Amino acid sequence: MTIKRFPAYLRDMQEEVEGYAKNYGLDFFPILYEVLDYKTMNEVAAYGGFPTRYPHWRFGMDYEQLSKSYEWGLSKIYEMVINTNPAYAYLLEGNSLTDQKIVMAHVCAHVDFFKHNYFFSKTNRKMIDGMANHSARVRRHMARHGQEVVEDYIDVCLSLENLIDPMSAYIVRTPKPRTPEQIEDDESGPVGRLRSKGYMDSFINPPEYIEAQKKKKEDDKKQKRRFPESPQRDVLAFLIEHAPLEHWQRDCLEIVRDEAYYFAPQAMTKIMNEGWASYWHSKILTEKALTAAEVIDYADANAGVLATSPGRLNPYKLGVELFRSIEERWNKGQFGKEWDECDSMEQKRNWDRRTGLGAKRIFEVRKLYNDITFIDEFFTLEFCVEQKFYSFGFSERSGSWEIMSREFKKVKDQMLRMLTNRGQPVIVVEDGNFENKSELLLRHVHEGIDLDAGQARDTLRNASRVWTRPVNLLTKVEGKGKLLRCEDTNLSERSAEYT
Amino acid sequence: MSQKIDLDHGRFRQIIRGKIKQNLRKYISQGEMIAKKGKDTVAIPLPSVDIPHFKHGDKQQGGVGQGQGEVGDSLGQDGEEQPGAGQAGDRPGDHLMDIEISIQELAEIMGEELELPRIQPKGTEKIVAWKDKYSGIRTTGPESLRHFRRTYKQAIRRQIAMGTYDPKNPVIVPIKDDKRYRSWKKEPLPQSNAVIIYMMDVSGSMGDEQKEIVRIESFWIDTWLTSQYHGVESRFIIHDAMAKEVDRETFFKTRESGGTMISSAYKLCAKMIADEYPSELWNIYPFHFSDGDNWSVDDTHTCVELLKNDLLPFVNLFAYGQVESPYGSGQFIKDLTEHFDEDERVVTSEIKGKDAIMDSIKEFLGKGR
Repeated sequence: MTIKRFPAYLRDMQEEVEGYAKNYGLDFFPILYEVLDYKTMNEVAAYGGFPTRYPHWRFGMDYEQLSKSYEWGLSKIYEMVINTNPAYAYLLEGNSLTDQKIVMAHVCAHVDFFKHNYFFSKTNRKMIDGMANHSARVRRHMARHGQEVVEDYIDVCLSLENLIDPMSAYIVRTPKPRTPEQIEDDESGPVGRLRSKGYMDSFINPPEYIEAQKKKKEDDKKQKRRFPESPQRDVLAFLIEHAPLEHWQRDCLEIVRDEAYYFAPQAMTKIMNEGWASYWHSKILTEKALTAAEVIDYADANAGVLATSPGRLNPYKLGVELFRSIEERWNKGQFGKEWDECDSMEQKRNWDRRTGLGAKRIFEVRKLYNDITFIDEFFTLEFCVEQKFYSFGFSERSGSWEIMSREFKKVKDQMLRMLTNRGQPVIVVEDGNFENKSELLLRHVHEGIDLDAGQARDTLRNASRVWTRPVNLLTKVEGKGKLLRCEDTNLSERSAEYT
Repeated sequence: MSQKIDLDHGRFRQIIRGKIKQNLRKYISQGEMIAKKGKDTVAIPLPSVDIPHFKHGDKQQGGVGQGQGEVGDSLGQDGEEQPGAGQAGDRPGDHLMDIEISIQELAEIMGEELELPRIQPKGTEKIVAWKDKYSGIRTTGPESLRHFRRTYKQAIRRQIAMGTYDPKNPVIVPIKDDKRYRSWKKEPLPQSNAVIIYMMDVSGSMGDEQKEIVRIESFWIDTWLTSQYHGVESRFIIHDAMAKEVDRETFFKTRESGGTMISSAYKLCAKMIADEYPSELWNIYPFHFSDGDNWSVDDTHTCVELLKNDLLPFVNLFAYGQVESPYGSGQFIKDLTEHFDEDERVVTSEIKGKDAIMDSIKEFLGKGR
């Protein structure tokens, strides 16, 4: 990678912009800028912002697409910043100074977000090294087992990369395994008898109760005999732990899982992160950093970033508008029980309690929320109407994408559905010893949308390569239960009960 | 400048190449799939090589948008890309990826897949152009060609030898004898030129499907020969009972009725070669496509004579492709085989349908002439 020296005038600009940002209360890791020509920019972008990644053709494909679309004038990457400490950010060589100024303000807010948002709190801030390590490990496996073999296996792993549980870092899904003593206690001890004096026993522990307790214990035992005990969302972890893999294969799978977890918070906070950055770049520039000569250029660039078009949800636009709406509402005291219960539109419109809590509130929100909770809490009826949101869908009748509804509830439901699990279907490991034949049973937790059938088949094939035994997928197709099964790359399908 | 991504990009191109090779038969038999892009590249739609994931089906998914419009308004056709900032949309598009590759590369892939031998151009030594190449140094010449470095090198050498060089005050002054000039040599630049003369029967019995086959086949022949020669010219002759030269567009569009006199085309072709393409300077490739239904035995006889005397002595290869048509008798290919079975300059091929195009190309070009 060519690293251009960071010129003095840009350094001055950085100092100025960061000064304003700090005064507003933004708090970020140190930022290291590099100025890149468009080729290198495309390269770095193809690598997800990192200078070193493991060798894989997919990066080459992304690079080709980025280069093509740049050459045809369809898109241009203005900025890129990665979540590390210190944070690395890239500027495109040849951008106007106004553009660079916007980018710097934007980047400050991104890094502030990385540093403070709860969902980034568990990410590896030394990921540059992490990625370089992954690269070294993959290269070593390639040297030993052959490039094609390893690359091919990484294809398989990548095919499953979205089968993780992005929330697992923040909540405990499965209780800690019990100690052997506890287990023994449970099994040897008398069936859940409550303590009682002898003459009271038949009242305190009536036979029905004892029966119920016995049954519960049986069920518990059965449950324990299941493997995994309860459905597991982190399919990759399950495979790493239980699939019969060679060392290097397990390592590849671990690398892919590691990187998937690293990138997951970015997908979970796309709207907030971009909204936060856009909120601050416009605030910093319009209130402080712009000179009169730059106003038009700024307006032009800003309009481009916030532009909407039919059938696309612009996260920059949605995010920035929501943050502004939160700020205004908390400044005017439009929240709390009283506000919620008020149903006079007139009163609501003129509601101003001069609470002035806006600034404080948006900083809290950027710390504690992710896209789902953000939308769920702050995407209100008033906001939806004012911002002219609609939901769209594919109309079989006319064969085109159409506006389906402007009803608040529908729009919001649709939006939340798109954000749930980062818009990915939820797939869990249901049974690692399906029908007692050590086959794997995956289950698609159907939430109203079928899987893409073609892709599901190919992915299932890959899953069975990792598991090395047949893999089954229970899903619903057009309302009916279906069991897809893949044995040695042969796919079969039968109807099954989906409960 | 080399970049890290080059390796990954190279791998990607290699995978693409493999895919194209795998599907070559399909591409060849469905000529429409390949769009010519610019002068030297073609675009090939490839089924996405991307990695499969479990993901939601598109049509049930829908999305959220922002802006004007009534319920029921269309947002544009399925698959149509909307302009917009960033990759914000959730608009699906299970698209074919348009892969751009150079004609040269495509020809290489075809060559590998069909195992085509490289063509040994004839008369290479005779066909020579001269090119000036600056490769030497001499002591005289115009100032504009003065070699700065060599001149100063010479000067410092002289000054050290004379003892006038002072490392503390390194002033170097070249004198006339120190001056060195670039000089050039004339280098032979081997050139091989080829001309492809396409002839097609456009009589009533050649239908659209037959012409389509000819069109596809000629695209691939063009591609291959272009990759083998520096400059390739294409000429087009159509004939029914009369022959005339036309441009590419007309060649593939014209449909005449009337009879077929193949000799008329051969005559015109022979005249073209005699007038414009002296065989010692040109590699000549006449390709003739017909449904094999000639007007009369006499005319076939004339054709054979023309071939023997006026065409074959001058050409690298004479190729005759017979497209199967419900109306034609298909006699002509038999006549040709009868007369020229021994002659390796004549290649005949029967093209039964689109799927046979690939084999036919192999027959035509497999000899490496």
